[in-house]
Amino acid sequence: MSWVDVPLVALGTVMAVVIWRLVTGPANADRVVALDLGFVVFIAATALLSVRLDVAAVDILVLAATLLGFLTTIAISHLLERRPR
Amino acid sequence: MWPDVVGGGLAAIGTALIAVAGLGMLRLPDTYNRINAVTKAATLGVVAVLLGVMIIEPSATAVGLLTPAIILQLLTTPFGSYAVGRAAHRSSSPLAPITHHDELHRPAPAYRAGPRR
Repeated sequence: MSWVDVPLVALGTVMAVVIWRLVTGPANADRVVALDLGFVVFIAATALLSVRLDVAAVDILVLAATLLGFLTTIAISHLLERRPR
Repeated sequence: MWPDVVGGGLAAIGTALIAVAGLGMLRLPDTYNRINAVTKAATLGVVAVLLGVMIIEPSATAVGLLTPAIILQLLTTPFGSYAVGRAAHRSSSPLAPITHHDELHRPAPAYRAGPRR
């Protein structure tokens, strides 16, 4: 038990909210917004996990998730925009 | 001693901001309001967390990987949220009932005045 566990548990709670919004979002745009926040939570949790495990190489996941989150958000919003009514 | 305190404080502030974004995701009535909550709180929150981790463990690997992540996060989040907001409006995501005015609303074009080129 170290102090890093407290923010990790808080981020897990936020991730539960994100998954709830992904499942029961009224519109599809709500699901895109929830996915964006989910990537943010994943990035923060991975960075804290590198402190918790004392392995600095885990930070490569932070960089990868940053790029992947941006590209995913852009791609899904283009798909949403081109969708026929 | 002091890097743990400063970095831990930054990580706690960032986590609190992300938690506020999660609360907004849970409570706000509208897609556009949720975009607002996620963009502001989550950008500043994740940058604070990454800065805190970088202060706690200033190894070459961590600094070399987290600095581009911070810069990319600050550069790409406005574009992403702009694209999501535009896609939300174009896919006619419903507005909250308390919305007064929709600046982007356009009625169907009836006719076009003047010569067309």
